[in-house]
Amino acid sequence: MKSASRFQIWKKGARHGIPVALGYFAVSFAFGIQAAGIGISTVQAALLSLLNLTSAGQLASLDIIAAGGSYLTLALQQFVVNIRYMLMSASLSQNVEPSLSTGKRMTIAYGLSDEVFALSALYPKPLDPLYTYGIISVAVPGWTVGTLLGAAMGQILPARIVSALGLAIYGMFLAIIIPDAKKSRTVMAAVLAAMAGSIALRYCPGLNLIPSNYRLIVVTLAVGFVMALIAPVPEEEEKEETA
Amino acid sequence: MSGNIYIYMLVMALVTYLIRMIPFTFIRGRIKSRTLRSFLYYVPYVTLGAMTVPAVFYATNSPVSAAAGFLTALFLSYKNKSLLTVAAGACIAVFLVELIPGVAVF
Repeated sequence: MKSASRFQIWKKGARHGIPVALGYFAVSFAFGIQAAGIGISTVQAALLSLLNLTSAGQLASLDIIAAGGSYLTLALQQFVVNIRYMLMSASLSQNVEPSLSTGKRMTIAYGLSDEVFALSALYPKPLDPLYTYGIISVAVPGWTVGTLLGAAMGQILPARIVSALGLAIYGMFLAIIIPDAKKSRTVMAAVLAAMAGSIALRYCPGLNLIPSNYRLIVVTLAVGFVMALIAPVPEEEEKEETA
Repeated sequence: MSGNIYIYMLVMALVTYLIRMIPFTFIRGRIKSRTLRSFLYYVPYVTLGAMTVPAVFYATNSPVSAAAGFLTALFLSYKNKSLLTVAAGACIAVFLVELIPGVAVF
């Protein structure tokens, strides 16, 4: 492949990484404020974000770190909070060339947050690692710098701006799923069922006893398998490239 | 804080990385079971749908502005606008709606 077109692929990923980075900035800014609140230094907070790249996991970790909990407790907590990534990781394995090298797989894996996964999963198959690298190279600085600034000067960014940026990631999620849902009734059904399931687990008496960390995985397993059984993906459709 | 912050960081980074790395690195090629393949096909749509609703309504300083952002994003994505346009449009809608007195408290 020519180097110009390889750069174009990376650039496309980097451009798609911009809304991710904006959304991350708002969330990680809030994380930075909280991390500073329990006595983590600015640089340590940024390093923590750089190494982990996970919103729910990092927020949850602060309770254990603040309380001086054991390393094993922290490891188990992170496993539970982040186990959804196993499904995403397995799902993405179906989108790359089987021959993709171990090194490239291990590099992509570092950046497999919910958002990086979502963009990569809906890139035309087979996924080009350069596209994911492009997203990561914009999203990770957004996450890390947001944490740094939040920890260093939590109150400087106007609250109105932080509030507005809160919608960036969700806007991006909708931009990813709605065009595909318009084209496929089964994808639309999966999205609506997932939303309904997510609402039910949060508010329905009884169901809301399921800890919040497990909600996403419960909905994913339930809706995903029901859809797989009643509407298995036709062979042709699987091969079709969704642009 | 009584533990070593750097050990905490490394422990959680390692656990999170292994979860992300192992399936992606060790599942090579096409999974044989059609049901499992179909399940994995639906995973991104289901996770994104479930992550968006109802969390989006808590993402800003007021459910009203969040709803405005959500509807704006729905409309723009239905029109097949780009990721950046949809995300920016949703943020701008939140900002504008929160300028209306009484919508959000700062």
